[in-house]
Amino acid sequence: MASDTLTSSEYIKHHLTHLTYGRFPDGHWGFGGNAEEIEAMGFMAIHVDSMFWSISLGIFFLWLFRTVAKNATAGVPGNLQNFVEISVEFVDDNIRSVFGEQNNPLIAPLSLTILIWVFLMNLMDLVPVDWIPLLSGLMGIHYMKVVSTADPNVTMGMSISIFFLVLYYSIRVKGPIGFLKEISLHPIPIKAAIPLNMVLESVTLLSKPLSQGLRLFGNMYAGELIFILIALLPFYLQWTLALPWAIFHILIISLQAFVFMILTIVYITQAHKTEDH
Amino acid sequence: MTINLTIFGQAISFAVFVLFCMKFVWPLITEVMRERQKVIAEGLEKANQAERQLEQSSDAAAEELQQAKLKGADLIAQADKRAKQIIEEAKEKAIEEGERLKAAAQAVIDQDVNRAREELRAQVGILAIKGAGRILETTVDIKVHQEMLDKMAAEL
Repeated sequence: MASDTLTSSEYIKHHLTHLTYGRFPDGHWGFGGNAEEIEAMGFMAIHVDSMFWSISLGIFFLWLFRTVAKNATAGVPGNLQNFVEISVEFVDDNIRSVFGEQNNPLIAPLSLTILIWVFLMNLMDLVPVDWIPLLSGLMGIHYMKVVSTADPNVTMGMSISIFFLVLYYSIRVKGPIGFLKEISLHPIPIKAAIPLNMVLESVTLLSKPLSQGLRLFGNMYAGELIFILIALLPFYLQWTLALPWAIFHILIISLQAFVFMILTIVYITQAHKTEDH
Repeated sequence: MTINLTIFGQAISFAVFVLFCMKFVWPLITEVMRERQKVIAEGLEKANQAERQLEQSSDAAAEELQQAKLKGADLIAQADKRAKQIIEEAKEKAIEEGERLKAAAQAVIDQDVNRAREELRAQVGILAIKGAGRILETTVDIKVHQEMLDKMAAEL
């Protein structure tokens, strides 16, 4: 809903601007008052809204699961425990089918955290786009993006962490020499092709976190943008588009959380494979 | 699309959440699930055992019943045999008794016949003497003719 003082493009731009705390060009730190100021901060800035929602939802997820885990009984489980166990079993099944039975204490909780956390962050997309920004506006905060996964920093932050994890496991499982061999003698197993192989394998390696992070970001950003565009319609027409899109979006947010988790499992599995010819 | 410090913030919170999940969430839940699996497995095992036991005891009961039937049949056959035996024995005894009674009666009859014959013989002697006395018109001395009379009596 565009208010009288804003044009459509201003409204959209406003909705796509993060609440940012950072270093101004003159050296002092503070919240950016408008888009230009924020842009001038460059790298030395942090999206407070993304971090707030991401951490709050992460804590909510851990609190919920921890509460259930502490009160869990081996007898007949309650509804919440059932839900938690279904999630855990779902993650466990996927790991079993992709990763197999290898011993790795990290991959399962990592996947569970990704699945639920990303899902919760995506879920914020279904809250009508104006509600939370309006509330925060009333509290004096003028920029508020609630969908953390529509922030490339958030998705790339996760995918790059996973990338380092993949590097760590590659080196630990295959040894530094084995890892070097893998990226230098693959896909063409002759010595003359080593430089070419290294270029090709580096691209393969680096494209993984990039595609993983950008896929989630792209989907959520596009979804949010469409909700913002729908919100520009007169209020009595909005539901005709917002409702079908929201229903469709339920599928997208679950699917993207699932894809992000599956890719993580696949990448870590690849890091564990000693010979792949 | 701007990349800034948020990427580190997210990476750090990601690491913290994953570690927390690994230490305090995942093991507890999987532990409970494993425990329940064990409970269910034990329950199923027990149910199987109970079923087997039921089968066994019903088999045993059927066998017992079979044996009882055989025993009953045996007893009936024995009783039957014994009854026949008793009847047979009673018959034999009765026949024996009859024979004995018959023999006794025969003896009594024989005795009676003999006595009658003796009496008759004595009477005939006397009658003969009387008749002879009348024929001869003389008294026959019983002592003189005793020998002849005895001879006659013996001939009867």
